Amino acid sequence: MTPARQRRMWLVLLILLGAGVATALALTALNQNIQHFFSPSDIALGQAPTARAFRLGGIVEEGSVARLGSGLTVSFVVTDRFKTQPAQFTGILPDLFREGQSVVAIGELNNGMFVADEVLAKHDETYMPAEVADAIARAQVKKASADSSSIAAPAPAAAGPKGY
Amino acid sequence: MLPELGNFALALALVLALCQAVLPVWGSYSGDTRLMAMARPLVVGQFAFVALAFAILTHAFLVNDFSTAYVANNSNSLLPWYYRLSAVWGGHEGSLLLWALVLAGWSIAVAAMSRSLPQVFMARVIAVLGVIAIGFLSFMIFTSNPFDRVLPAALEGRDLNPLLQDFGLIVHPPMLYMGYVGFAVAFAFAIAALLEQKVDERWVRWARPWTLAAWGFLTIGIALGSWWAYYELGWGGWWFWDPVENASFMPWLIGTALIHSQIVTEKRGNFRAWTLLLAIFAFSFSLLGTFLVRSGVLTSVHAFANDPSRGLFILAFLGVVTTGALLLYAIRAPRLEHGGEQPFAPLSRESLIMANNLMMVSACAMILLGTLYPLLADAMGWGKVSVGPPYFGVLFTWLMVPIVLLMPFGPFAKWRRDSFSALARPAATGLIIASLAAITAWLWVNDLPWRAIAGIFGGAWIIGMSALWAWRLLRDPARRGSFNGGRLGMWLAHIGVGVFVVGVLVKESTTIEKDVSMAPGDRIAVRGLSVEFEQMRRYTGPNYHADQGVFNVYDGDRLLTTLTPAKRQYKARGDQMTEAAIDAGFTRDLYVSLGERIGTDGAWAVRVYHKPFVRWIWLGALLMMLGAFVAALDKRYRRVPASEPTEAPTAQQRAAPALNAAARQG
Amino acid sequence: MWRYALPLLVVIALGVLLFQGIGRDPSTLPSPLIDHPVPAFELGTLADPSVRVSQQDLLGEPYLLNVFASWCATCHLEHPVLKAFAEEGVARLIGLNWKDQPDDAKRWLVRAGDPYALILADESGAVGIDLGVYGTPETFLIDANGVIRFKHVGELTDAVIEREIRPRLLAWSDGAAP
Repeated sequence: MTPARQRRMWLVLLILLGAGVATALALTALNQNIQHFFSPSDIALGQAPTARAFRLGGIVEEGSVARLGSGLTVSFVVTDRFKTQPAQFTGILPDLFREGQSVVAIGELNNGMFVADEVLAKHDETYMPAEVADAIARAQVKKASADSSSIAAPAPAAAGPKGY
Repeated sequence: MLPELGNFALALALVLALCQAVLPVWGSYSGDTRLMAMARPLVVGQFAFVALAFAILTHAFLVNDFSTAYVANNSNSLLPWYYRLSAVWGGHEGSLLLWALVLAGWSIAVAAMSRSLPQVFMARVIAVLGVIAIGFLSFMIFTSNPFDRVLPAALEGRDLNPLLQDFGLIVHPPMLYMGYVGFAVAFAFAIAALLEQKVDERWVRWARPWTLAAWGFLTIGIALGSWWAYYELGWGGWWFWDPVENASFMPWLIGTALIHSQIVTEKRGNFRAWTLLLAIFAFSFSLLGTFLVRSGVLTSVHAFANDPSRGLFILAFLGVVTTGALLLYAIRAPRLEHGGEQPFAPLSRESLIMANNLMMVSACAMILLGTLYPLLADAMGWGKVSVGPPYFGVLFTWLMVPIVLLMPFGPFAKWRRDSFSALARPAATGLIIASLAAITAWLWVNDLPWRAIAGIFGGAWIIGMSALWAWRLLRDPARRGSFNGGRLGMWLAHIGVGVFVVGVLVKESTTIEKDVSMAPGDRIAVRGLSVEFEQMRRYTGPNYHADQGVFNVYDGDRLLTTLTPAKRQYKARGDQMTEAAIDAGFTRDLYVSLGERIGTDGAWAVRVYHKPFVRWIWLGALLMMLGAFVAALDKRYRRVPASEPTEAPTAQQRAAPALNAAARQG
Repeated sequence: MWRYALPLLVVIALGVLLFQGIGRDPSTLPSPLIDHPVPAFELGTLADPSVRVSQQDLLGEPYLLNVFASWCATCHLEHPVLKAFAEEGVARLIGLNWKDQPDDAKRWLVRAGDPYALILADESGAVGIDLGVYGTPETFLIDANGVIRFKHVGELTDAVIEREIRPRLLAWSDGAAP
């Protein structure tokens, strides 16, 4: 093998080795930083991790926002219209955080309380993240099946339309 | 009536773009000079109509024409005129029109400044630019027309998103688009080069000034976005690894690799295929960025309106352009590698630039993985995930370490072969300077975090070695003249990187952030300064009401300044916006912003930040941009040689100056 | 020579991935509520808030529920399509005025024309949230038993009506089980 060829081979090997190491490092880092999304219903079903940060999404329940004392800690309840999850955040909340609006927070579960490190801002009050909308729709389905299994199904509308 | 005219102008521009894409390139193959000569007039025509459409849209905003849907969606009669102007590109449709305008503008510039280049080559370059114009114009006309009417006309506009009512918005997108479109020019040059029967390396020399300018614009565009986010979003962050930010950063990384790889190809004839590939990818990543931002596949604070039909269109366009280019590359590039390739030693300028390229491409791949992973996970059914910023932050920092360490050697290293002993001298000097700087900082400031020390060391290493290089060059009378635009540009840009490194590491490790509850009369101490909350006021702006806090900043007993952060309520949309108050300084920023009312006795949640050296981040970017422009304007790109060689210089001819340079350690 | 084709192959793989990504966009993928009953609601009408309408009252015949607002420009764009559909009389067109000021909505409808048989006022947006609405306009096709059978996100076009709505309405009126 000519020296040039040999050098090239070493170079290629070095690059491949480097690429391999880099890829391994990247995938490890990726794994450690993946945040899954869970709705209050998911948490109620025990699907959310208890020792890892994740994203909690839903609607801020009306009347649930309360300031603890005179400090910067705020407690509120996240709901997907089926199940609820109490949450807490210390710091300044983003402008678009409001009761009845969608919210996505990043944090951990601590004895049933979701302690948020970050509450994400939306860019528009009419904007709802797709994942939250999806979570609510799924919760509606669960709620409907829960309702129908515990209560007799409502009588079908024998009466005709009310003229609408 | 005018919007209809605007629509018509767009249609005409599209027709001209079609001609521009087809006729000259046909002429280039059939040898028809008349067809090829049509390239320039077609470009001028296309520009004229796109500019007309843009002017009409601007006019619609200025006169509050709410019968145009785009104006109704993004403007309001209470909006000040200068924001009405920038609202033209504040939404999806208008920003596309800006893209098309910038593209047409660059096309004219390229056409005008390339009269000395072979006609066949230029005909193809302009044709490629025409294809890209077709893509954007048809995307606009068929899925995102800014001239769509709303009948009956809306009584009042929906107002520009308050986040966008800001100076930063006025300049950030245009600069960004100048960068993206500039890479389209490099792309067009690469395609034209591949289409030649015998790939001519002169394409690199012609493409270099355009690529440098594009990279400069992209650098400042990204920096402006970062600066704007810092003071506008109200919580002092300057980079969030948001998918939209990543979308602009990836082409920048490829662009950095490209401008360095082009040097090697022009001066040594190496990396020919690789440089072509980088040029293709730089533009492809620009298009990918456009796709990611507008298609709705990724949720982000920045994203434009989600619409699947739009996403499909851009993806198809991106697919056609990129796969077409890469197909051409796969077919033509193999013919490149024979002859003219200069071997180089493991320690040489070529290998250092290769290391640069490897790092840049790796960083880009790593960011691409993190940005697209949520998409992949969703497609594979692994659930809805998002990738936390630490993934990007940690990996990118570690990738920067070799870059910071190796970069200063580039200007010192000889082409083809250098030796450790030759490089040891400047390295030793650099090490001494850097150590001195780090030790001084450590002694001067109590409890300086190790990251800040590392940042100062790294920055001083780069700046010190650069200064040494310039000093050596300038004090040698024989070589003083070679400190031309290209070298000066490089010097500025590299120093910019050093400044940036200092800024980032010092700021990130020494920032003090205090979220506190303050009532009027309260004081808070922050790093030797005292911030007093004097009172709250209420006032009304052109299209908003505001609660404004008055904060006095004292250094001991001396009043330094008064900061007035505000919380605005915009009348039209009812949105609420935080306006931070910043006392900017070269060595530190003091940043105060309001949270919300606490209780009923006038207390407010307040954010007080002390951020040392944060301005250095954007100062570094500014220096990089300046360096790029200075290098792009180097006289030798504009000089038309007396006899332009028709054949590329042979290996021997190329080796001669290199050997001379090696002797002088250029 | 294969290494020159490598970039091309990588890009094609990436393209497939991205295509999957937008293919899963909510508008083309069925909402979880498809084939499930409309979530229970009770709202006042836009014309008279004291007149309350619940989802029970709407049973008996299929209807199109169009979520709109006066501030939504795309809603203005789809308005002619809605008017034409309402005029045909194949099915009831019911409007859900979402996150809007009633006065603004009424004013706009006076100027643009009112194609709706009935308009429900959802000022707070709560019912919309229950329906999984995350932007306007959205249109739901609900059958006579109150089950959601189709949802369209974005501007309603004649193409969507022809392709998705009309065939279903036809099938149901022919007696096929809705």
